[in-house]
Amino acid sequence: MPLLKNKRLDLSYSQMKWETVFKRLLITMSAVLVMVVVGILITLIVQSMPSIKSLGVGYLWGKVWDPVQNIYGAWPFLLGTLLTSFTALIISIPFSYAISIYLGEYNTRGWLSNLLKNTVELIAAVPSVIYGFWGLFVLVPVIRLLEMKMGVAPYGVGVFTSSLILAVMIIPYAASLGTSLIRMVPSPLKEGAYALGATRFEVIRSVILPYTRSGLFAGILLSLGRALGETMAVAMLIGNTSTIGNSFKEIFFGPGNTMASVIASQFTEADHTVYLSALIELGLVLFFVTVIINLIGKKIITNYTNN
Amino acid sequence: MEHSVVSATKFNAWFGDNHAVKNVSIKIEKNQVVAVMGPSGCGKTTFLRCINRMHELIPGTKTEGSLKLYDDEIYSMNPIYVRYKIGMVFQRPNPFPNLSIYDNVVAGYKLNGLKMSKADMDVIVEKSLTSAALWNEVKDSLHKKGTFLSGGQQQRLCIARAIAMEPEVILFDEPTSALDPISTSSIETLFHELKTNYTLIIVTHNMQQAARVSDKTAFFYLGELVEFDNTKKMFTAPKDARTQNYITGRFS
Amino acid sequence: MDARIRIRNIKSIVFKSVIMFLAFLVTIPLIVILIYIIKQGVMQVNWHFLTNVPAPVGETGGGISNALVGSIIIVALSSVIAIPIGMLAGIYLSENPGTKLAHYSGLCVDILQGVPSIVVGIVVYFWVVKPLGTFSAISGSIALAMMMMPIVIRSTEQTLKLLPDTLKEAALSLGVPYHRVILKVIIPCGFSGILSGIMLSIARIVGETAPLLFTAFGNPYLSTAITKPMQSLPLLIFNYATSPYDDWHNLAWGASFILLMFVLILNISTKLITRKWNIQL
Repeated sequence: MPLLKNKRLDLSYSQMKWETVFKRLLITMSAVLVMVVVGILITLIVQSMPSIKSLGVGYLWGKVWDPVQNIYGAWPFLLGTLLTSFTALIISIPFSYAISIYLGEYNTRGWLSNLLKNTVELIAAVPSVIYGFWGLFVLVPVIRLLEMKMGVAPYGVGVFTSSLILAVMIIPYAASLGTSLIRMVPSPLKEGAYALGATRFEVIRSVILPYTRSGLFAGILLSLGRALGETMAVAMLIGNTSTIGNSFKEIFFGPGNTMASVIASQFTEADHTVYLSALIELGLVLFFVTVIINLIGKKIITNYTNN
Repeated sequence: MEHSVVSATKFNAWFGDNHAVKNVSIKIEKNQVVAVMGPSGCGKTTFLRCINRMHELIPGTKTEGSLKLYDDEIYSMNPIYVRYKIGMVFQRPNPFPNLSIYDNVVAGYKLNGLKMSKADMDVIVEKSLTSAALWNEVKDSLHKKGTFLSGGQQQRLCIARAIAMEPEVILFDEPTSALDPISTSSIETLFHELKTNYTLIIVTHNMQQAARVSDKTAFFYLGELVEFDNTKKMFTAPKDARTQNYITGRFS
Repeated sequence: MDARIRIRNIKSIVFKSVIMFLAFLVTIPLIVILIYIIKQGVMQVNWHFLTNVPAPVGETGGGISNALVGSIIIVALSSVIAIPIGMLAGIYLSENPGTKLAHYSGLCVDILQGVPSIVVGIVVYFWVVKPLGTFSAISGSIALAMMMMPIVIRSTEQTLKLLPDTLKEAALSLGVPYHRVILKVIIPCGFSGILSGIMLSIARIVGETAPLLFTAFGNPYLSTAITKPMQSLPLLIFNYATSPYDDWHNLAWGASFILLMFVLILNISTKLITRKWNIQL
């Protein structure tokens, strides 16, 4: 087919041009990602500048946040963030581990296993604002009753309530990671223990858990990272108060704010530069903390899977 | 003087710092079956992949010297055009899993956007599958995906796919090493039929196969072309001691 | 001896029971929440609800059409931005794993995935809202696209990495140029994996509120102008749920029901698609 032959020769030249275009396009798109992240960092820093300049580093442990009087101290929010995140973490860990051990070791296949796995994944799929909404109308009245019984001021909303919802929301992250890690434990290791007469519990306790310890820790870090950045459910359930209570009971069972929730509540109301900038500085701190935690977690996992 | 289809003169190829093909000079004539054999790591596959410029797709590779298709320098031509003229069949059969048998055969045209009438395509499909001795087995399932075919049939589909492009030369990289003996022998019969229209260069690990199917054999060792001669002569009275050692199984 | 072994076996059984108890206990909050949302929300949904904007305070009735349309527009726009960039970056990462750009770009994908959604909202506020001088749907879409991209990139990259090299080789040996090999062979073969990544990324952002708080901002009227503020389902839920009006609470329940159903259906479809269309290699 002589006609096709010439067409093929011409075509091959025009296609070489597209090769370079396409390869450049791939490179550009990857570079876009780098530019976006660098852009985020630069924007956060630049917009925090007014606050950094006028308030200095003391801002981070300033105990008073009073925009009306132009006093900005971020400690209430750091406290709120730490309390909610760590409480949620502590509550969720037994459950995440239980799911990981069950799906990773006791029941790795079959309908029941898939059912649990899918349910846990659905927990992560539910939007945060729906958790907040439900929490507001169902959980808060219950907590209010509880607080009345305890003799604490019955706000209903507060640090404790948000921690509860947050705990449910972050369970899937450590659970799904933990499941994969436990499934990766090499059979010969387990078989060696069984052959020595160990019970299932003992194999889990002395072989599987030590082996996956670093990976499970990474799972906790991932859950923590998620908890730190969670905004909507917390904003709806924490009571949007920027003062710190006087006793632990007051702080824990009373209303408060986290870094994420105060930004969400007050960003659009911030009318002067330092106010806005102080909020953005919170965003900058949040950015650094969550990014570092996530990267450490991922690094641990890569090391784990490479060994 | 016969006009060689593929000729190399002092051809060299590198993988990074590894000098894999050293100063190879060879003249391959039209309509012949040439077997290329040698122990693992001798450079035979690397040399093969230089002929259709697949070697350069690996980053960090380099070539030097002359490698011609007829009178044209392969490395000065458009690589895409080179691959139209020099087809390749791989060790593991690799038909496209998302395409039907019909589409697999004309994949070289369709994927390249070369427009053809349905009638022309039908002709090419039948011709190529017939030349690959596969037509009768698949003519009623042309529009099914090729995954139900056996290994040998899949490999013949890949051969049909290469033939459909009407190349001058077809390169085979250990084409039967992943197949069972029956499929292997059907493909070896195919080589004999294909050489009327094409020139075949077959890299093989299997000395007996080289002896069975080829007119001429090239023996590579540690990157060099040690000997290139008529197959009968090579296997009965090799000139080089290294060839002799390989044939008698001193090393593999 | 026997007693000791019996105790150890009992311990093992007790442990397993505790584990199973804790594991399945986790399903209860989800079931409770699902049932409650369905119960409260399904009653709200009717044709009127879906085709009208919210009524002003004090009047009953009204619906969420502005949020429905808004969500569709914003998510569609985000997809248009995130899917091409995400797929192309994913292709680059899977095809060029050793390069410096791949290393830094991959690092940035991991970073971006961990950035809290509220921070994304802040940044896009300064990138788009301030220059444009107004809240807008497009700014919301850009923020959501930034959250979609890591998911699309990673799933594209992982899907393509699983494909055998022989596929590429076969196409290249036929003289197919690189860009066609990728677009016409590699991507179609990895289609189900890439598609499920896209669907998951959409399911992720359709319920996101925080990035929209200061970008799309919300709108009590039905609007299709992308350079103006726009309502979306999660924004409506947030604003109306935290309001003191019962009517608005009802609207929020209806909206929650619809949002939840959509997210569930997307997640389930993704699982079914991956199972059905997996091309056997």
